[in-house]
Amino acid sequence: MSKPLDDIFVLDFTQFLSGPVATLRLSDLGARVLKVEHHEKGDLSRSIYASHFNIGEQSAFFQAINRGKESLSANLKDTQDLELIKKLVARADVVVSNFRPGVMARLGLDFDTLKAINPQLIFAEISGYGREGPWANKPGQDLLLQALTGLCDLSGGEADGAMPMGLAIADNLAGAQLAQGILAALVSGESTLVEVSMMEAMLDFQFEPLTLYYQDGEAIQRGNVNAAHSLVGAPYGLYKTKSGYIALAMGAIPKLGELLGCEPLLEYIDSSRWFAERDSIKSILANHLAPKSSEYWLSILEPADIWCAQVLNWKELVAHEGFKVLNMVQTVTDSQQESYQTTRCPIKFNDEILVSSVAAPSLGEHSEKIRNEFA
Amino acid sequence: MKRPLDGITVLEFSQYLAGPYAGLRLADLGARVIKIERPKGGDACRQLATKNMWADGDSVLFHTINRNKDSFAANLKDPEDLELVKKLIKQADVITHNFRPGIMQRLGLDYDSVCEINPSIVYGEVSGYGEVGPWRDKPGQDLLGQSVSGLTWLTGNGDKPPTPFGLAVADMLCGTHFAQGLLAALVQKKRKGVGAKVCVSLLESIIDFQFEGFTAFLNNGQELPERAKVANAHAYMGAPYGIYKTKDSSIAISMGALQKLCDAISCEGLEAYYDVDTQFEKRDVIKAKLAEHFLQESCAHWLAKLEVNDYWCSAVLNYDQLTQEEAYKVLEMEQTLVREDASVTTTRCPIRINGKKLFSSKPAPKIGNANAALTEEFGL
Repeated sequence: MSKPLDDIFVLDFTQFLSGPVATLRLSDLGARVLKVEHHEKGDLSRSIYASHFNIGEQSAFFQAINRGKESLSANLKDTQDLELIKKLVARADVVVSNFRPGVMARLGLDFDTLKAINPQLIFAEISGYGREGPWANKPGQDLLLQALTGLCDLSGGEADGAMPMGLAIADNLAGAQLAQGILAALVSGESTLVEVSMMEAMLDFQFEPLTLYYQDGEAIQRGNVNAAHSLVGAPYGLYKTKSGYIALAMGAIPKLGELLGCEPLLEYIDSSRWFAERDSIKSILANHLAPKSSEYWLSILEPADIWCAQVLNWKELVAHEGFKVLNMVQTVTDSQQESYQTTRCPIKFNDEILVSSVAAPSLGEHSEKIRNEFA
Repeated sequence: MKRPLDGITVLEFSQYLAGPYAGLRLADLGARVIKIERPKGGDACRQLATKNMWADGDSVLFHTINRNKDSFAANLKDPEDLELVKKLIKQADVITHNFRPGIMQRLGLDYDSVCEINPSIVYGEVSGYGEVGPWRDKPGQDLLGQSVSGLTWLTGNGDKPPTPFGLAVADMLCGTHFAQGLLAALVQKKRKGVGAKVCVSLLESIIDFQFEGFTAFLNNGQELPERAKVANAHAYMGAPYGIYKTKDSSIAISMGALQKLCDAISCEGLEAYYDVDTQFEKRDVIKAKLAEHFLQESCAHWLAKLEVNDYWCSAVLNYDQLTQEEAYKVLEMEQTLVREDASVTTTRCPIRINGKKLFSSKPAPKIGNANAALTEEFGL
């Protein structure tokens, strides 16, 4: 299958998640991605990231993030290895790094030096907080980014206190933004420096609550009942039923009252009350929905075009026809013929899904091949 | 200032969030983005005001996602207007839409028809759940996408109900994937001269986001993730990873060796849990003890002890505190847009190009603001 980035070569110095998730997407889209890894330790996420969930000898997380990539083990302080790296740079379209600010320069691998070797080169870098300012050297770790950018005021209810989002959202978004910048530079066809910081990516993620805050200066209020979004009124939230949980996104409150046979909701005719009095409305709804099953309520709400859904866990999701038709899972195989399942690229081209059967590489798996190819 | 997408023209039929968020990113990177809107009402997001905040007749939300764009008003059901839009399509590089399945066919603007007008077009489509299957007609709404995808079982403590991310995370991620797909197609167009159809959905994007844990789940006999019961921050992480209350505020404690942490904060009694396996298996016990300990002193007290020992940690800030920080100010993340008598301060593009921050002072358009200019320029 031909893929849109088939002839693009990416030299990837990144580790953990923020950078590797960007190069994963480039790989998914057809680029050849070569991980340049520390000759002894390799990408640290091989071992220390969610280390209780392994596939083979490596963390399952590493196996997911690095599917489809190649690995060169190199000692960047060794002159011969550095020579090889420079030969690779001469043939690369893109170099990506997420070292702390200044590290690439100390290795003699800064943009200006590499551009002298390859005048067409795109050089892309992720940092935690940008290269300037008092936080420039702070660790760019996901939870810290969530904590520092106000994000922990947005999920859960007021009584929960500071609540982080339960996935590495800052890493993922910084990587996604970097991939966009790299791709835009490839469209221009010109040598470009692309930089993204996790902090700027997190501020962009919060553009809606931040923009409202810039206008009115008011603190975020999440509400206390079935809270789901600080800026949205009732019924927005998840509700417990006899059999599980359902999500209610939008719907006129009196109409909901009518459909659900919940009389106390009928008086909320003025829609401005749906935000101002959301906790009261949601309490009424929560009490009303609890005694009967999710299936029962959905059978009333769905035909009436109320925006609602069952709340599923992964087991329920993968068993559902709505998931199966996506063909979201692919099997990848490594050089030892070991296979595992992971997800595929979420973007379709010309109505076809993009798949690859190549698993994540072992440390230095392609060193010999690369040394021969670029000798 | 030169930008990478200078010279690229995008026609945006998309409304609400996911599609327009992708359009905004392309605009910030230099593309000219023209919203094709109904003459009456336009993009439905114009009327979707959170916190009832408006500027010059449109919701502030609309202003933030649609800044740096133009608007061409056209009634797609009127044959004359449709002809004009087709003339625009002939000269465009990209078109995007998020109509429900079947609508673009009825308008004669499906991919095959558009290819006849412009064979190398990049044609982007956003849906909720893909074009087939039992969910294809379900509303492609963020909370519903989060709910069916399993995401709500990752946030909040293990003894609490499922908890959604408190932002439109599915929309935002889907928008970034959309932009990535459109850009990859433009790279291909530039190199090989061919167009492409690019499709993304909220559901595929929000599953992709969970791919690390989901991969563990797929390969370990479908064992579901369990959230920590105390200070949960990531279902797959052991202690001490989480946010803890202190005497005066909260503190974020990242991953690290438990012994190093306990030594730094003089917390005794956890010596039996110092090895890595135990840090995961006994995380609730460990975190409960730490939670009790952190309550004894202020956040500043703990930060001082941890930072001197190089343990990864930080304060937990709200917007008032964040925006006072020098580290925030040096980023110059804010920009102000003026339209008529209204002004909206919002964020800028998070990507820097050749060392430059990308600002744009162009406000979101009024419906049809560019009809006259485009009619002349594109010879409509």
